[in-house]
Amino acid sequence: MTKTPETEQKPLLSIRNLTTAFATRHGDFNAVDDVSLDLFAGKTLCLVGESGSGKSVLSRTLLRIEQPGLIRSGQIILHPSESDARRVRPGTIDLATLDVKGKTIRAIRGRDIAMIFQEPMSSLSPVHRIGSQITESIRLHEKISKADARDKAIDLLRQVEIAAPEVAIDKYPFEFSGGMRQRAMIALALACNPEILVADEPTTALDVTIQAEILDLLKDLQLRHQMAMLFITHDMGVVAQIADQVAVMRHGKVIEENDVFTLFREPQHSYTKTLLKAAQSSDTPSARRTAMRERRPIGQPILRTVGLGKKFPLSSKGIFKKEVTWLHAVKNVSFDLHAGENIGIVGESGSGKTTLARCVQRILSAQDGQILLKDDHGDETDLVGLDDKALTQHWRDMRMIFQDPFASLNPRMTISQIIAEPLLLSGMTSPQARKKRVEELLDLVGLPRSAGERYPHAFSGGQRQRVSIARAIAPNPRIIIADEATSALDVSIRSRIMDLLLDLQEQLDLSYLFISHDVGLVRYFCDRVLVMYKGEVVEFGETEQVCTAPHHRYTQSLLSAVPIADPTRRDDKTRFRYHAPA
Amino acid sequence: MELQQTATPQDPRSQDGIAEASQARLIWDKFRKHKVALVSLYIVAAFYVVALFAEFFQPFDPNLTSRSQVYHPPQVLHFTYVDVTGSRVFAPHVLKQKLTRDKLTLKASYETLENERVFLRLFPKVDSYKLAGFIPANRKLFGPVDPGERVFLFGSDRLGRDMFSRVVAGTRISMSIGLVGVGMSLVLGLIIGGAAGYFGGWFDTVSSRVIELMLSIPTIPIWLGLSAALPPSLDPMTRYFMITVILSLIGWTELARVVRGRFMAMRTEDFVTAARLDGASPRRVIFRHMMPSLVSHIIASVSLAIPVMILAETSLSFLGLGLMPPSISWGVLLKEAQNIRSIAQAEWLFIPGGFVIVAVLALNFLGDGLRDAADPYSQHGA
Repeated sequence: MTKTPETEQKPLLSIRNLTTAFATRHGDFNAVDDVSLDLFAGKTLCLVGESGSGKSVLSRTLLRIEQPGLIRSGQIILHPSESDARRVRPGTIDLATLDVKGKTIRAIRGRDIAMIFQEPMSSLSPVHRIGSQITESIRLHEKISKADARDKAIDLLRQVEIAAPEVAIDKYPFEFSGGMRQRAMIALALACNPEILVADEPTTALDVTIQAEILDLLKDLQLRHQMAMLFITHDMGVVAQIADQVAVMRHGKVIEENDVFTLFREPQHSYTKTLLKAAQSSDTPSARRTAMRERRPIGQPILRTVGLGKKFPLSSKGIFKKEVTWLHAVKNVSFDLHAGENIGIVGESGSGKTTLARCVQRILSAQDGQILLKDDHGDETDLVGLDDKALTQHWRDMRMIFQDPFASLNPRMTISQIIAEPLLLSGMTSPQARKKRVEELLDLVGLPRSAGERYPHAFSGGQRQRVSIARAIAPNPRIIIADEATSALDVSIRSRIMDLLLDLQEQLDLSYLFISHDVGLVRYFCDRVLVMYKGEVVEFGETEQVCTAPHHRYTQSLLSAVPIADPTRRDDKTRFRYHAPA
Repeated sequence: MELQQTATPQDPRSQDGIAEASQARLIWDKFRKHKVALVSLYIVAAFYVVALFAEFFQPFDPNLTSRSQVYHPPQVLHFTYVDVTGSRVFAPHVLKQKLTRDKLTLKASYETLENERVFLRLFPKVDSYKLAGFIPANRKLFGPVDPGERVFLFGSDRLGRDMFSRVVAGTRISMSIGLVGVGMSLVLGLIIGGAAGYFGGWFDTVSSRVIELMLSIPTIPIWLGLSAALPPSLDPMTRYFMITVILSLIGWTELARVVRGRFMAMRTEDFVTAARLDGASPRRVIFRHMMPSLVSHIIASVSLAIPVMILAETSLSFLGLGLMPPSISWGVLLKEAQNIRSIAQAEWLFIPGGFVIVAVLALNFLGDGLRDAADPYSQHGA
């Protein structure tokens, strides 16, 4: 067991009994409630919690950008720097008492405490070059010439491992990939050599392979600059990779704080245990699923795709648009889904997995290949080329669950109306029959019957996703395409929704096409997995076999990047990045 | 508050009051915070009440002339006076004014007669008339106790007609032409913009180009051209209708653009795709699934389009090409104030202009408030 840091060094920043509240019509809502934490130089404090736990509000409060929130009580004490190399601040400063628009806090932001945000595209200005954004930040805090600042910016870009920094400095954010942007964002944060780095879910929007690289980079930079880092995440895997100290937040309170090894070995609070269990169990096949397969073996193929291809026109040259360049989103994809089987489609953003799902569902129309759907009599119909009218009956057989539970439910319809819509349109005209069926469906997905009368905005993400599921199973389909159906949900809710899907599979004889970027979820949920890379299937096989002994280099690289929720296995794996042969 | 006492943090969404609140409720809550818009709402409502029951609010027939009372200046309303016994009596009245003409220059001037009062009362009985065109009534909001007397709160025009009654009568046409015109633009705009936004393709290309073409033509000349083409022999009602058609021929373009943009943005939303997968026909997707989400935005656009219509009608009538007497609108009334004489002698003829300004401002503020409130989840202005 490691020693607690308190005995070794003084904290750089101490948060004491901090409460940040939002004024609502029903009185104060304490987003951060009586939180005390310490940050130490060269150490990483991971703040873990689900959405709404107040972790982001806490991080914003440190920089005093918590508005419209208000600090109700507590202190945020910035201690004078220990190291001689740094500028020495005069005495301690309580950030909580500063004027949010005042000079003092403005000088501290960026110079002493810097922040990295989740979404690098929206935190970089789209109309300024990367270089000018970094040099501006440098020159705001240091009195140096433009040329010197530029040299410094190039050096920073080199530090964050951006290739050819002399060229990259004059590019705009949109010319960068997501990972490059986050690197540029880190360079921007490091511009004035801050002592404290606040990173608010800096890797959540990134692909898992890029996430691994960014985590390595942050660790490396922290070591080199001896920064204190407050790292906010919801992912226990990431915590295990990067944390020294972990604080678990729930409902605005820190419910458990310990060093990372102790916390993973002996979690005290039941909530921490749930989080850890959810993170660790998603790496193994679901017991529920394996037991189900024993009872009910997988049947005949019911859906086949043959050489499916989809391309989008990118740009056209010439006035008459004769030459068109195409983006091949999906190339030559063939698979077969058996009755009662779950196939996972895994890949990074841009790999074409969502396009594939939308082509199979026939939201988009594919240009090449066939989608053969077998009906109850064993006759196959090719869905490619059918129009909306002809598709209507097949759409009842094959349903979709969407990723974003906030966008997929009509905000102006009640839950009953939403679930009853496919029933009504498939000819169930009697209101009594519909009402009965809706109640049945609400029971099935574990929602109270009273939920039917309410509007979607009254529900949490997980509950909304249950409504989506109820709508999907309403017309008794055989196939359900779940496009990142659990990605927008918190970890603890995620596993419950997946178990619900598995239960429904047994009760209703469903087959799933499960699209996800998360290998762990696919391993938990799917019998077979299809690994996609740049529109092509690079590997297709039994999930366990693919996950334990991948053949393709890309699959190997993907698997090596997945963070394992175990801090003792931190440096077990050698990571590498797969580049497609030219 | 309970929340503070127990100190258990709670997701604000789970608090029943907000969670149960309907969309309309959320919009109203937000709208109420916009004080100027709220006041504007009352003003606009008052205008429409006056427009609807114009006959009740006008003390006299707006077309009743009086040769001995041309360009009568506005009279000040007094509530009390000191009677012969020296005590103050409550009795609303105005002081009578007498026309005198300078013998040499024939210049008319009014002389206030200090001791001759015209007493006013609420709800005087008058000859029976039809309220809003169909409700029989025989009382007005206020009027002189003696039905033979006349009162000019806003003065009178060149034929001695009561400006107050005429402004009230003008309210009806001016405020309604906005509504009717916008109603027609709305139908055109929703259908064309909705189809262009939902289906895209050639229809979108063609309709967008048409809209751009129409917006590129200066509006006043095109209005002038179209209304000059109307035969002068049309009866007032047909003319009124034709003018609204002309106004909405231009007005639909803006609405169609707004609706098209909204539809394009919403078309790719998951819930619209979900409706399509549920088997809903394009018509059902548009009207059952997409339109309800647009209602609040449409209301906001409409309330911003009405003042434009009012101004357009006023400009046209002012230029003499819109409505014609005997129709009374604010524009028609302002036409009377076109010459130097009215500026010099009868500045009260500009009073209808004040009403135009107040109505247009109120509608604009109302529209702004509605637009901000239409999206209750937005942070803007919160």
